Amino acid sequence: MAESAEEIRHHIAVYKKVGLALAALTVVTVAASYLHIDSVAMTVTIALFIASIKGALVACYFMHLIDERAIIYWVLIITAVFFLVLMFVPLLSEADSVGI
Amino acid sequence: MDEIPYDVKPHPVTGVYNAKLGIWLFLASEVMLFGALFSSYVLLRVGADTWPHGYDLLNVQLATLNTAVLIGSSVTVVMAWASLKLNDLSKAKVWLWLTVVLAGVFLVVKAFEYGAKFEHHISPATDNFYATYFTITGLHGLHVIGGIIAFLVLLIRGDKMWQDDSEHFTNRVECCGLYWHFVDLVWIFLFPTLYLL
Amino acid sequence: MSAEHDHHSEAHGHHEQSFVQKYVFSVDHKVIGIQYTISALFFLLFGFCLMMMMRWQLAYPGEALPLIGTWFSEANMPGGVMVPEFYNQLGAMHGTIMVFMGVVPLAVGGFGNYVLPLQIGAPDMAFPKLNMASFWVFLPGGVIMLASFFVEGGAAQSGWTSYAPLANIAPAGQTWWLVGMIFLITSSLLGSINFIVTTVQLRAEGLSYFRLPFFVWAQFVTSFLLLLAFPPLEAAGILQLMDRVAGTSFFLPAGLVITGQPLEVAGGGSPLLWQHLFWFLAHPEVYVLILPAMGIVSEIVANNTRRPLWGYRTLVYSVIFLGFMSFIVWAHHMFMTGMGTAMSTFFQATTMIISIPSVIILTALALSFHGGSIRFNTPMLFALTFIPMFAIGGLTGLPLGLTAADLHLHDTYYVIGHFHYVVAPGTVFALLAGIYYWFPKVTGRKMSEGLGKIHFWLSLIGMNVVFMPMFSIGMAGVSRRLYDQTQYAYGAQVQELTIIGSYGAWLLGVAQIFFIINLIKSIRGGEKVESDNPWQATTLEWATPTPPPHGNFTEVPKVYRDPYEYSVPGAKSDFTPQFSEEG
Repeated sequence: MAESAEEIRHHIAVYKKVGLALAALTVVTVAASYLHIDSVAMTVTIALFIASIKGALVACYFMHLIDERAIIYWVLIITAVFFLVLMFVPLLSEADSVGI
Repeated sequence: MDEIPYDVKPHPVTGVYNAKLGIWLFLASEVMLFGALFSSYVLLRVGADTWPHGYDLLNVQLATLNTAVLIGSSVTVVMAWASLKLNDLSKAKVWLWLTVVLAGVFLVVKAFEYGAKFEHHISPATDNFYATYFTITGLHGLHVIGGIIAFLVLLIRGDKMWQDDSEHFTNRVECCGLYWHFVDLVWIFLFPTLYLL
Repeated sequence: MSAEHDHHSEAHGHHEQSFVQKYVFSVDHKVIGIQYTISALFFLLFGFCLMMMMRWQLAYPGEALPLIGTWFSEANMPGGVMVPEFYNQLGAMHGTIMVFMGVVPLAVGGFGNYVLPLQIGAPDMAFPKLNMASFWVFLPGGVIMLASFFVEGGAAQSGWTSYAPLANIAPAGQTWWLVGMIFLITSSLLGSINFIVTTVQLRAEGLSYFRLPFFVWAQFVTSFLLLLAFPPLEAAGILQLMDRVAGTSFFLPAGLVITGQPLEVAGGGSPLLWQHLFWFLAHPEVYVLILPAMGIVSEIVANNTRRPLWGYRTLVYSVIFLGFMSFIVWAHHMFMTGMGTAMSTFFQATTMIISIPSVIILTALALSFHGGSIRFNTPMLFALTFIPMFAIGGLTGLPLGLTAADLHLHDTYYVIGHFHYVVAPGTVFALLAGIYYWFPKVTGRKMSEGLGKIHFWLSLIGMNVVFMPMFSIGMAGVSRRLYDQTQYAYGAQVQELTIIGSYGAWLLGVAQIFFIINLIKSIRGGEKVESDNPWQATTLEWATPTPPPHGNFTEVPKVYRDPYEYSVPGAKSDFTPQFSEEG
């Protein structure tokens, strides 16, 4: 990638903003956990939702995924599919167990 | 025919150099490694009769500090890469040293957390909450150590690498940076999962 | 790295390298491929010998092992008679060695390393040093596995699947097994990254994806399976290691009682979790075993029928679909765990679906024979036999994938028969075919056809005599783990079949002697090949000098056509290589 110095300076400005946003979101996550919301589902959803935003910021801007080549996207799409399978399919056995 | 093509320069069709695709593939496998651990955590927790809240047992303040430290180190490493892109090696080295220092701080804080637990005779064998906590954060800690080693190599041999082929060196910093952001990313998910839920 | 490349002398690239650099810590993909091949063949032989000992025990339970029985320690074989614990070690280690240290390193590490860069016209792998690291992580892993036989309590003995909680409480050999596995997994990961990057980045000019030889496609898909399926097993290995070393209970439920003693652990773990993580790898692993074999067979079939492969694109789509589906069939190994009907139904359906691309591939290969003028040389005989043998293995798998039939057949000798048909006369035959086929490129000499044919016919008979009776033994209800089936009436009545099977094993052993002689003899005294392309093949590896020098190609290769242009109407000869400009 042959970016001009101008583009790199623009990148740097973005990095600083993203860093601040991440710090702010960390405070929000911790603050939310002090609320001690009764519903477990709600707590999990809030925590993972904020974490996902933070993760997306890191991936998109620090790891430059927002502007990456097709081959990298392909690798990550394949990985994401199998990651989801790995995360959720074993849970089926917990939902419908004959008892172990 | 001896030289490996696209070792430094990007491939005209895919648009990436070899190592960049390589590091992304490595990260893909890491996603599956930590994914399996998260999956195990979820399965064990769903199957358990009782599971404690992380904030009752673990030190949330220290972990919040560590989150900030790791995010900071992600910023410094990406700044190092940007400085190299602007042809400023000495500035890049400062940013890289800052990254190493922040990574070191992370480990020291982590060591205090572990130490406090061991003092109270809490170990991985205590129960499955601590088993997952120690195993996953331990593996994450090993990744942090791996990152520190990589950055130190880049710092120690940096001047020579920069002279030999500045683009190659910039690429190396980019790849190590990608790895480091991934380590940060894992922590971003680990922190709420283990400490806040 | 570039500094090393500066002082090469001539086109054939004779470097001033020490012996160690050239043959031990080499970064050349061809040397690494040969290193993998030799170590994998050694491990295969070792695993084969373990199996021979088991076959003796099965056929003549309680009788002293002749000739070598007295070589073993009193603990394992008092008076030359095998104890059940030792039998279990042999079983677990036979499986582990054959799969993780034999077939995969040979198919991927050996053939993949040697052939893939040549077939795509690359000077080497994309990361030569990583490639070297991959081998030098693999070898210690293998040594750790073998060394575990000598630790207290012997090697791992909970089956190659290491099911928890049995494996958690097994003797120290299990810990060695886990450490060895972590080495082997790391090696595979390094290798697979290298294969994918090489295939994506280093293809010669003109070699588009749909001009790739089918072998490259098979390796490419295999690499993705290794890359994404192995990490969960690594995670599982780490968790079991924690269970054994740090006293956690990831896989240990509360209230376990072992030989009357309650187990002192926190509990709360899930034995089912181990099976999920293990089979998340181990089912794709089955396809890691079979896909490179299909690739090798396709190359040899196209070359020796002198016809293009029938339905090349269909083959490619099938192999991709096969790779994808292999990730979502794993729990068909777990029908008997009580994991629930929704789960079983889902995995039964996916299992039936995955048989479709396999059948497509076999059918396409079979159709490739139509109108060919077939050359029945040794590689072709092995490759040809792969097709019906894999078909038997595949079709006998269907009843196992149906939940109702699996109730009876699960964990019996039927299962052993099924997957050995896939892997032994299937994959191993394909690998042997590959050795006969590419031997002239590696050494500049052909292997002996006479010895090769003896090897083939004896192996074919031996394999079928071992494995065919297993279907009957399994349907009679004999468990695959039994040390002495004559203890049970239903087992005793099929004991004769087991004895016949053991005779097959001895025959198979004799057959391999011819192969070993052939291999050693042909390296020094085999018939020299006159051209760089002795089989008159079309793919790029035959464009290199024989054997290929460091850097592989004397000039930058360029690709002009599809991979299998055999018997093209109007062409000058019956084959038009990919690298030939005029047809």
